[in-house]
Amino acid sequence: MKNIKILGSGCRNCQTTYQLIQETAKARDIEIELEKIEDMATILGYGVMSTPGVVLNGKVVHAGSVPDRNKVEGWLSGNT
Amino acid sequence: MFDTLAAFLVFNLASQASTSQLGAALHFFVMDVVKILVLLTTVIYLMGWLRALFTPERVRALMKGRSGPGARLMAVGLGAVTPFCSCSSIPLFIGFVEAGIPLGVTLSFLIASPMVDLAAIAVLIGIIGWKITLIYILTGISIAFAGGYILQAFKPERWVENYVWQIHMGDAQIEAEEITLRARHDYAWREVRQIVGRIWKYVVIGVGVGALIHGYVPADFVARIAGDGSVVSVIVAVLVGVPMYSDAVGIIPVAEALLGKGVPLGTVLAFMMAVIALSLPEMLILRKVVKWPLLGIFSAYLTTAFIGVGVLFNALRTVL
Repeated sequence: MKNIKILGSGCRNCQTTYQLIQETAKARDIEIELEKIEDMATILGYGVMSTPGVVLNGKVVHAGSVPDRNKVEGWLSGNT
Repeated sequence: MFDTLAAFLVFNLASQASTSQLGAALHFFVMDVVKILVLLTTVIYLMGWLRALFTPERVRALMKGRSGPGARLMAVGLGAVTPFCSCSSIPLFIGFVEAGIPLGVTLSFLIASPMVDLAAIAVLIGIIGWKITLIYILTGISIAFAGGYILQAFKPERWVENYVWQIHMGDAQIEAEEITLRARHDYAWREVRQIVGRIWKYVVIGVGVGALIHGYVPADFVARIAGDGSVVSVIVAVLVGVPMYSDAVGIIPVAEALLGKGVPLGTVLAFMMAVIALSLPEMLILRKVVKWPLLGIFSAYLTTAFIGVGVLFNALRTVL
């Protein structure tokens, strides 16, 4: 099962990203483990300064904006 | 072009007389909203297309391990090309500190980033003209540059919250996306949506206030309360501006209207800078990483600098 972490200190775009990934996974019927990381030290620990950031299986795949749906689908269906 | 469009919409379609107060205000509003949104979209899109907009991560990587006057100038320059968002102040601050960038340089960046902003520069040129834009940029850069040195002299490290020193940043590099035309367009368009989506409300409020001043406030009234360009009037303008907050782009139409009513340039510059660069929300955000004494000195320095700028340019006006 894929583990996805949303990095963001509670900003609006971070909520949007969280919902987008949740909804996309639901629509595709893919089970994922989705977490919110709000602690600044942890976020920066990933090397991300512009939120929201997305961590897929421990690897930062996106930072600085709400990702578009195609990208999200790519993460969910990809083999990595 | 924008003038003609606004004139057509307001005077012909809405059949407002061009001489009435409502007509003048509406014309100002329509023209400036359209003009600013078009300018903003164009500039951000083009910069995004060229990938010339810097992210905090890139800025940090570029600044890492640098100090000295060159680094300070670079910080100010990068501040200008990094789209400002108060949401990135904290990660930027911590990221800079962790990268060993001197606090003075970090503070220079934090002053320059909201004040000297590419989108704001484009809108300033389009709305007020290049001469005043140049003055604005040069004073903004000087204030940010000098601020780094002056604030450094207070040894501000002692006021940084302890936990900040303990954070260790990872170096997770996001893999470079393929730079096809399509990807460039998507990136640029996303930047536009994100930035315009964040600041459009400041634009509408700013233009609204500008339009009210333009249409309804008599010039002699403005001249009486703000027009003499005295030191006191500059101090009042700055003190009024400090608690207000707007994005740089939003305050430009207000400045336009004030200049149009004959308020001296120095007073307008000082007011603009006070609104843009000093704000309570930003202070509260920064409070998470630094203690009150540093915020106090930071605000006191900026307030003094803005008053200085105002007095200087008002004085130059009578000399020149």
